Amino acid sequence: MLKDLFRTKPKYVTVRNYREETARQERDERTKKDLPDGLWVKCENCHQIIYHKDLEQNLKVCPKCDYHFRIGAKERLRQLLDEGSFEELFAELSPTNPLNFPNYEKRLSKYQKETGLKEGVLTGAGKIEGIPVAIAVMDFFFMGGSMGSVVGEKIANTFEYAAANHLPMITVSASGGARMQEGILSLMQMAKTCQARNLLAERGLVYISVLTDPTSGGVYASFASQGDINMAEPGAYIGFAGTRVIEQTIRQTLPEGFQKSEFLLQHGVLDLIVHRKEVRKTLARLLRFHQSTERAEVNG
Amino acid sequence: MGNENGFTMQFEKPLLELERKIEEIRVFSTEKNIDMSEEIQRLQAKADVLKERIYKNLTPLQKVQVARHPKRPTFLEYVELIFDDFIELHGDRLFKDDPALVGGLAFLNGIPVTVLGQQKGRDTKENIARNFGSPHPEGYRKAMRLMKQAERFGRPVITLVDVAGAYPGIEAEERGQGEAVAHSIMAMAGLKTPIIVVITGEGGSGGALAIAVGDRILMLEHAYYSVITPEGCASILWKDANEAPKAAEVLRLTAENLKEMKVIDEIIPEPLGGIHRDKVAGAKLLKEALVRNLEEILEIPGEDLLRLRYDKFKKIGIYS
Repeated sequence: MLKDLFRTKPKYVTVRNYREETARQERDERTKKDLPDGLWVKCENCHQIIYHKDLEQNLKVCPKCDYHFRIGAKERLRQLLDEGSFEELFAELSPTNPLNFPNYEKRLSKYQKETGLKEGVLTGAGKIEGIPVAIAVMDFFFMGGSMGSVVGEKIANTFEYAAANHLPMITVSASGGARMQEGILSLMQMAKTCQARNLLAERGLVYISVLTDPTSGGVYASFASQGDINMAEPGAYIGFAGTRVIEQTIRQTLPEGFQKSEFLLQHGVLDLIVHRKEVRKTLARLLRFHQSTERAEVNG
Repeated sequence: MGNENGFTMQFEKPLLELERKIEEIRVFSTEKNIDMSEEIQRLQAKADVLKERIYKNLTPLQKVQVARHPKRPTFLEYVELIFDDFIELHGDRLFKDDPALVGGLAFLNGIPVTVLGQQKGRDTKENIARNFGSPHPEGYRKAMRLMKQAERFGRPVITLVDVAGAYPGIEAEERGQGEAVAHSIMAMAGLKTPIIVVITGEGGSGGALAIAVGDRILMLEHAYYSVITPEGCASILWKDANEAPKAAEVLRLTAENLKEMKVIDEIIPEPLGGIHRDKVAGAKLLKEALVRNLEEILEIPGEDLLRLRYDKFKKIGIYS
């Protein structure tokens, strides 16, 4: 028993990029599962066959069991923002290989090709039901949404932009955590994004964090858990340490539903869980409570 | 020496054997009352050369092993060797007192400060009581409480970081480990009082960063600071924890690597053979660096302090 304690110790990690691997495998499998003409999709949760168009119309939520499929950043922006309102910012930033990490460039260009994105986050300004916002949306399909120098810098820049332009800020996170391939530089992005998040608090500007499946490791342990309002989609995996790391440490199987949105709500980390169909509407409702800063100051 | 409790680092073996031999001769010469000082001196000189050669050429993974050495000073040992009149303050005022993260009031060279850090145990019993120095959320919430208290009374904060990682367990997740880490990072970024951080041993990812945002980041020569352990990285990359030496190499986690990347400001030299071989001399070097850095930061006008801290972390990152 004591021996076990010792043995498991070096395995403490807060970053689980294996999720990224899992994501890749899952995606590969999904592609295989799709019928050749792509007309039908099998739900990952209830295994029912769904007509592809029905799934699209239902914002990629299974019409049979309400399972929320993972979606990319572009699709998310389309779902959330008023049509044509998105203006991308900080698009010029591109990743390099600062540590000369083996195969990193190759993987970057592979994900760039697959997703059509330069990096794992899209940042900019847009409108939700006419209300101007600054927004950063992560893309899990780009290397597991992991946060390296560029992702951290873009998110921090967006917080700064929101502060400078007196805008509310929204982040939609989908990430396995800090990006291993940029080592300590990735870890430092947690500090960079957190301190940028502070700028909004100082100016009385609201920050709404939307956590989607999955939000974990260094992203959960930085800006994503620090919204004035933390909102999550149902059934999203949200946690600090990875399931496998915990199981290896405590030598137990984890209970059903552990580290899911509902679990976090119950334990006080989330303000609310919102179905994907209601996310845009709920954001707009929340934003309307935070539009009258100037008037409040005068009256206050 | 290095293996008092049966812990041997492979690369130190020739040195330890030589040291054992010297000790045997010493005992023998005393018992038999034979003067063997010349022989002892000769071997001692040989051991010194060997020690220097080993310790000047440590590979990154060997440094990680030194950083994890069970005889490496723990937080409370540093406090005793460096600070005066330490009074420990317990608890997060929310849930409980976490013995894996210790903090309190102390004087550094006559200046009142708040000092805090993760506390590993010096033996198995202590380690179990201290959860191997891996804090739960309440540990980080205690750290935040003490830092806010320091801010209120204008005391500088000094943190000593030595942690394999924030604890990955069921209760830790239930009580919001990620939230606690993030909140502590934010609190430090906005803390209106000087902060000096020292990575003394293991700088294990988020669990380290949670108390490692400051105006000066110092690091002991053989400490490491990384986003993931070499073992964890190796098992992801090569599906084999035995590739840890290679992983330690590519992660660039040594003090020298981090200084190059401007993640840390200063490397504090350790006595030859690691600080666990001469804690008093090592602590003296650390104290000198702490006092010097604190005097420098105390010169910075309060209104500039947070801006400089912000810029310091905003600059970290490499991209095109």
